[in-house]
Amino acid sequence: MPGVFPKWTNQLPLNIAAGLAIAGAAVAAGLGYYFTPKYTRVGYQPIQPVPYSHATHVEQLGMDCRYCHAGVERSWFAGLPDASRCMNCHHQVLAGDPRLAPVRDSMQTGAPVAWIQIHRTPDYVYFHHAAHIRRGVSCLHCHGRVDQFEEVRHDQPLSMSFCLECHRRPEAYLRPLDQVYNLGWNTDPARQNEQGRLLALTGDMRPPLSCSGCHR
Amino acid sequence: MRHMILILGLAAVLVLSLAGLRGCASRRPPIEIFPDMDRQPKLRPQARNPLFPDGRSSRQPVEGTIARQAAWDGSPENTGRHPGTTNDVEVLPVPVTPSLLARGQERFGIHCQPCHGPLGDGRGIASRYGMIPAANFHDPRLVRMPDGEWFRVITEGRNQMAAYASQVPAPDRWAIVAYLRALERSRLGTVEDIPEPLRSEWRK
Ligand code: HEC
Ligand code: HEC
Ligand code: HEC
Ligand code: HEC
Ligand code: HEC
Repeated sequence: MPGVFPKWTNQLPLNIAAGLAIAGAAVAAGLGYYFTPKYTRVGYQPIQPVPYSHATHVEQLGMDCRYCHAGVERSWFAGLPDASRCMNCHHQVLAGDPRLAPVRDSMQTGAPVAWIQIHRTPDYVYFHHAAHIRRGVSCLHCHGRVDQFEEVRHDQPLSMSFCLECHRRPEAYLRPLDQVYNLGWNTDPARQNEQGRLLALTGDMRPPLSCSGCHR
Repeated sequence: MRHMILILGLAAVLVLSLAGLRGCASRRPPIEIFPDMDRQPKLRPQARNPLFPDGRSSRQPVEGTIARQAAWDGSPENTGRHPGTTNDVEVLPVPVTPSLLARGQERFGIHCQPCHGPLGDGRGIASRYGMIPAANFHDPRLVRMPDGEWFRVITEGRNQMAAYASQVPAPDRWAIVAYLRALERSRLGTVEDIPEPLRSEWRK
């Protein structure tokens, strides 16, 4: 009796297996890229030249973000502090500590400390720190609990949908201006909405939703 | 059949373990496979730039030039001194308003408090970690110091304190001086400062 299946079907299981393997590899590669810090940046936590800790300086010493990130309330760029700002204290505190050697070198030579920038939107996106800070959007919403980080990591996606989520409904996030730098500040959600709506109304806030607001 | 199940099982493990990595900390920099104009050849502040010999895109001002809006002329607002002399101005040359005091209080909290403390007594939090206690603003010598000299101490630094000119612009320095005067008043008050009708409510 002639075979029900032609001869070439002998190859079939092998072909199917190979196809599945290729598809699986593609899915794995896709997931491995698009779902991890390699693409989303969330979780990116580079090793910095100095093991600077926000938990020590902000939570423990009670320093204000603006002591170091002075640009945050007046320009689009928050800015990292130069070595002289660290040396205001560290010429006495931990004056000979090896961890601070790059800062002392920078103070002497004038070459900047090679901090690695963590948060960075694509260059076709227009973002402005002061426009947010001065209207009562806290660092918390875009950077997480930096005040408790031993090392800064990329905490929020900062993707287009992330930005728009707040631009469509800012009242869920807005705070009184004196609480913007206090990342631990908390209200219960019901009061937040009420208060936020009031702030948005009195401030006549219109976060851009049109493409040209952020892509100019 | 057994192979198929094995392959499917392996694929599932692979997908789960990779998808589970979502949001995990990573030491390695993000990889930008598709350029998509994400990085354009333009200057960004504090970024590396091979165009210049020192490799920095933030440039120092050219020697002999002054930035717009910079404090440059010899007026008391910028130097704390009477023009053309080394005499410090006695009282601050800007009008003192409630908003100036509020600004001063805010700036004091940001820039001075870590070392001088919220009360201005020189025992800020940093002194608990090995800083020599900073100046006490309630010291009679400092209370008598002219406003212009206060301004210059912030501008140029003194003794252990570094210059804060790059960190606190001139108008903010005057705001801080105004707030310091209020802070000093708070320790110099006497019963006579309390308005007559309220004095009976005052207790030691
Ligand atoms: C004593 C100085 C100092 C203070 C105060 C400070 N920072 Fe920082 N911050 C730094 C330094 C230095 C870095 C760069 C090193 C790093 O990333 O850890 C940094 C990095 C960051 C970054 C990551 C920047 C990037 O590369 O993308 C964020 C976000 C940030 N700080 C937010 C804050 C917030 C929010 C506060 C206030 C709660 C604050 N910082 C207070 C010094 C400071
Ligand atoms: C509305 C969202 C948002 C808020 C609020 C916000 N940031 Fe950012 N931050 C960003 C984005 C987006 C970037 C990346 C900008 C870029 O492409 O350089 C960034 C970058 C930074 C950086 C590194 C690059 C730079 O600009 O110097 C620092 C430091 C920083 N932020 C500090 C702060 C601090 C401190 C606060 C609170 C006072 C704050 N940010 C509030 C969104 C935000
Ligand atoms: C207000 C003063 C002050 C400033 C400004 C300051 N620090 Fe510190 N720093 C301290 C104190 C206080 C400690 C804690 C020392 C201790 O624990 O004994 C500390 C600790 C540290 C440590 C040790 C690790 C740790 O977390 O305990 C490092 C590293 C450090 N600072 C880096 C920096 C850098 C970088 C800057 C500039 C961006 C800076 N500091 C600015 C006061 C300051
Ligand atoms: C937590 C809320 C929130 C998030 C998150 C947020 N924004 Fe905004 N954005 C606002 C508010 C509030 C305003 C101010 C509207 C006003 O002043 O009328 C604003 C204003 C702006 C403006 C107008 C600034 C100007 O110059 O007028 C731009 C551009 C902008 N946002 C871009 C972004 C981008 C890009 C992101 C994502 C990285 C982002 N925003 C994330 C709340 C937010
Ligand atoms: C609130 C600010 C904001 C507005 C409004 C906005 N975008 Fe975006 N857009 C962003 C940000 C931030 C990114 C970068 C996302 C990232 O990091 O992948 C982006 C990325 C993009 C990208 C590239 C996506 C990719 O993955 O390569 C396109 C295309 C785009 N936007 C189109 C638009 C269009 C069309 C509109 C109007 C309907 C619009 N955007 C409005 C903030 C905005």
